[in-house]
Amino acid sequence: MDIFIQQIINGLVLGSIYALVALGYTMVYGIMGLINFAHGEIVMIGAMVALTVVKLLVNSGLPVFIIILIALAGAVAVCMAVGYSIERIAYRPLRRAPKLAPLITAIGVSIVLQNLAMLIWGRNYHAFPPILPDAQFDIYGATITSLQVTIVLIAALMMAGLIVLIHRTRLGRAMRATSENPLIAQLMGVNINQIISFTFVIGSALAAVAGLMVSANYSIVHFYMGFMLGLKAFTAAVLGGIGNIAGAVLGGILLGLIESLGAGYIGDLTGGFLGSHYQDVFAFFVLICVLIFRPSGLVGEKISERA
Amino acid sequence: MLEVTGLRVAYGGIQAVRGITFHVNQGEMVTLIGANGAGKTSTLKALARLLNAAGGSVRYCGKEISTLPPHELVSEGIALVPEGRGVFPRMSIVENLLMGAYSRRDKEAINADSERVFSLFPRLKERSQQLAGTLSGGEQQMLAIGRALMSRPKLLLLDEPSMGLAPLMVQKIFEVIRSVADAGMTVLLVEQNAKLALEVSQRGYVMESGEITLTDESTKLLANPKVREAYLGE
Repeated sequence: MDIFIQQIINGLVLGSIYALVALGYTMVYGIMGLINFAHGEIVMIGAMVALTVVKLLVNSGLPVFIIILIALAGAVAVCMAVGYSIERIAYRPLRRAPKLAPLITAIGVSIVLQNLAMLIWGRNYHAFPPILPDAQFDIYGATITSLQVTIVLIAALMMAGLIVLIHRTRLGRAMRATSENPLIAQLMGVNINQIISFTFVIGSALAAVAGLMVSANYSIVHFYMGFMLGLKAFTAAVLGGIGNIAGAVLGGILLGLIESLGAGYIGDLTGGFLGSHYQDVFAFFVLICVLIFRPSGLVGEKISERA
Repeated sequence: MLEVTGLRVAYGGIQAVRGITFHVNQGEMVTLIGANGAGKTSTLKALARLLNAAGGSVRYCGKEISTLPPHELVSEGIALVPEGRGVFPRMSIVENLLMGAYSRRDKEAINADSERVFSLFPRLKERSQQLAGTLSGGEQQMLAIGRALMSRPKLLLLDEPSMGLAPLMVQKIFEVIRSVADAGMTVLLVEQNAKLALEVSQRGYVMESGEITLTDESTKLLANPKVREAYLGE
């Protein structure tokens, strides 16, 4: 029982991070029908920038809380700038090109960003300095750290904020209108380019926060970390129904739980034949199942425009 | 108010509109009639900047607008009700109306205007929280017109408002269009239903394969034997 609860906790933490990243995929897809495969790299850049700032300030005598806030602000600012730039430089010129062209470009951008990060931060693994308070709480024999609680809470707050932004504000309305019909949205006076830029910037800010969470929680940062994380978050977005905001949140959390429980029990289930290092298999098994049985995702539904 | 000179629209090598010249005066309702494929919708799309014109000039209140980005037209006072209505299906009626007022910031006046739209179309008020995609075609047309009015346009462009609607609904929609025009709105109406369009408008232009072949007061066009034969089915 305690193992079960422990895996649920781990799954929720992992799932919150997936959900934040999945939102970036789903927002961009919703607005312009593009899978931005470079999004995982933005998470990595966020993690790298946050780590760099933390290392710079770790001996400054500032309170830990302040250091983390500065690191977060730095990561968010850099990621927003990177997200804005890749849309301007790589995707905007291809707005009217066949869909395959921006997709291949996205993979290209991803490789460019990885290599840039390798040039800047090197090819080694970086460890996150152990500066965070490590208070632990017991829940029926399972432990949850204060960091894990913080991650889940902040992720939940950011997702709630995003949902309010999209469903309750003028800007959010313009985003939804653009995603439904960009031509008509233009007729209403919506500047599509602005909305698309804004979507990239918001998605990148969420990715930056996720980057800091990953580096703080798993203590390891590497220039290649964005690749697998990106693919998993993409899977989460597809699981929920790509283009759907609530779907990305649900898909992220579910995927985190599936992975965590799968990794926890796969040893017992297979009599020790397969171990927890098969964790990554689950995400892609889920992806394949979704694509076969429910390609529109869990909450992906369509209301057609009646003639 | 609107002066179109030598307007040309081309899709690839095919010319859909071959240098047409027409104008709409302030406070007037003018109609552009013609058969399917005559180039009426292409003309309207070029005016609303959804298509790039291949040539010619479009002057609105003395200002050349054929090079403006499409999202700036609405703040100039031009609103288009597109062919096929183009409501946002996954947004509620209220949200669709708010999108119509996107270019405005005066919250109270916006609320007052949506009440006005609801009084024009009481049917929309009953369903104000319903998603637009769940409405019937006629209700969507009402919404599309209401949404266009929400920007407080000076010039209203209507593209085939009767298309695909039941006769009773068409009648209702045209009553509203008439009343909006009577209140002083300048309207350019593109219609395949020539009889209906000529009955509500003051002047008409007849388009055939991308060219304007005939123009006159609507009552005279209605009486014109050529028009009667070609478009009124007599």
